[in-house]
Amino acid sequence: MVALSQERVVSRMTSSVRRSTQPNFDRLFRWASLGSALLVLLVLAGIIGAMIYGGWPAFREFGFGFITSSVWNVNEDQYGAWVAIVGTLSTALIALVIGVPLSLGIAIFLTQFCPPWLKRPVATVIELLAAVPSIIYGMWGLFVFAPLFAQYIQVPVSSVVEGMPIVGTILYARTPSGVGVLTAGIILSFMIIPFIASITRDILDQIPSVLRESAYGIGCTTWEVVRNVLLPQAGVSIIGAIMLGLGRALGETMAVTFVIGNANRLSGSIFDPGSTIASRIANEFNEAIGLQLNALMALGCILFLVTFVVLVLARLLISRVKTA
Amino acid sequence: MSSIAVSASSAIGKTAAADTGVPVRIAVRNLNFYYGDFRSLKDISLDFYDRQVTALIGPSGCGKSTLLRTFNRIYSLYPEQRADGQILLDGQNVLSPSIDVNELRARVGMVFQKPTPFPMSIYDNISFGIRLYEKLPKSELDGRVEEALRKAALWDEVKDKLRQSGMGLSGGQQQRLCIARTIAQRPEVILLDEPTSALDPISTGKIEELIEQLRSEFTIVIVTHNMQQAARISQFTAFMYLGELVEFGPTTKMFMNPSKKQTQDYITGRFG
Repeated sequence: MVALSQERVVSRMTSSVRRSTQPNFDRLFRWASLGSALLVLLVLAGIIGAMIYGGWPAFREFGFGFITSSVWNVNEDQYGAWVAIVGTLSTALIALVIGVPLSLGIAIFLTQFCPPWLKRPVATVIELLAAVPSIIYGMWGLFVFAPLFAQYIQVPVSSVVEGMPIVGTILYARTPSGVGVLTAGIILSFMIIPFIASITRDILDQIPSVLRESAYGIGCTTWEVVRNVLLPQAGVSIIGAIMLGLGRALGETMAVTFVIGNANRLSGSIFDPGSTIASRIANEFNEAIGLQLNALMALGCILFLVTFVVLVLARLLISRVKTA
Repeated sequence: MSSIAVSASSAIGKTAAADTGVPVRIAVRNLNFYYGDFRSLKDISLDFYDRQVTALIGPSGCGKSTLLRTFNRIYSLYPEQRADGQILLDGQNVLSPSIDVNELRARVGMVFQKPTPFPMSIYDNISFGIRLYEKLPKSELDGRVEEALRKAALWDEVKDKLRQSGMGLSGGQQQRLCIARTIAQRPEVILLDEPTSALDPISTGKIEELIEQLRSEFTIVIVTHNMQQAARISQFTAFMYLGELVEFGPTTKMFMNPSKKQTQDYITGRFG
């Protein structure tokens, strides 16, 4: 009886606190949140539109040759993207070749071998690696890493391979300054490791433990479990994680601009300086006018298109985690 | 130490043989199990007879799955779990640190609650386990795969699609694939951890029939929540409660005339 009357008091209190249901405010609220969401799309569309509009004169002037020409001559107003495209792709490829095995190793260690007390510290350090601003990587790469790299890698390797076929070209440094395509690739690999490693770790964690147990249950060693069961089970999702890293490597600007050497010619050696789309834009944007500006915008379009496709594919693949 | 253990188990084996006429395959002696500080098995001593089906029953959390997971030391994947005591498989203590656990797991196969086909073809699901321990020519390997699939009553359903992924099979077929994968390694003991709990009644019936047939070759230990299942397919039953073994005996006796009131209460559905 007492409880009942209390209940009535409570319900009267709540109705008095609630002044009205305010249908107008609710509608406003809904439109405001929709607007916030749409604003992002609008900005994205605006960027794409501006890039295409700005780059269009260069595409019109040089046609398809803009992509395949390796001439970039400001004095004669001749522009081609080939050197920058090759530089972008080769630095990203080097970053993947170095970064992917290391990332997989980190993810496998964290999910399979790591004692519980060590898990959090290691994972945190990996994530901190992602928090280092790219300018810091660039500075460190230029002032610390590049001189050491020149002294201990470029000089001895160049003297060994000099005159040999193929490797004598790829691994020969004409001027062993430490900066170059390989240096940029190595710095990039540090930058993409945290992404690939932490996503791969999440993917491996999502695989049901009973699958892992049943692989051990038929007498597999840890190597056999990882190699034959866990990695194939994670499958395309890991490729997605790698592509996410690739997307970042393709677009990374500051660190690469510091260490790639910014050369405008094509070289067969990964020790030689080169340039990427992003580093070319960063270097020249300040003084660019006229057709040069259009050409840089056009470069931007190409980069945008490539990274956009890579990232969309990456997201699609990651979301397709097979959970057995 | 081990010689004492061996003689102890053979002595038990003899008494068991006197009682039931079958030799002991696994002898558990004073087994304790710990999840961190929590003691989840308390001084378990129990015999499992050769080529018989023994069912472990009891309410959730009673330790029956834990007991099963000690026989192939699968628990050792988790650093906070440990066991002490003895589990003598043919007189050899499987808890001894000198045991090669991978080899042990090939001798003591395990099938889990949920079907766990590996991400590979049906053929490779079976041959993978064989190839871990035996180098066989292709023709012989083919034979072993077929034999295992036949024994698991799956051959007729999959013989035309051996190259297809094992993930494409139905739940019941996947579970029989897992059983085939286990028996392909020619283990001595097969551990079944609620193998039908995720399956429909028809698939369950097929698995039960299969267990009945496999008994002629393998010593089988099955954890089940389903009392009728235990009664249908096992020759021996162990009833566990709160980490202790309450009663063990021939299944007919356990279900018709249990010695302990607790057992009777559980079997008749009064608790659990």
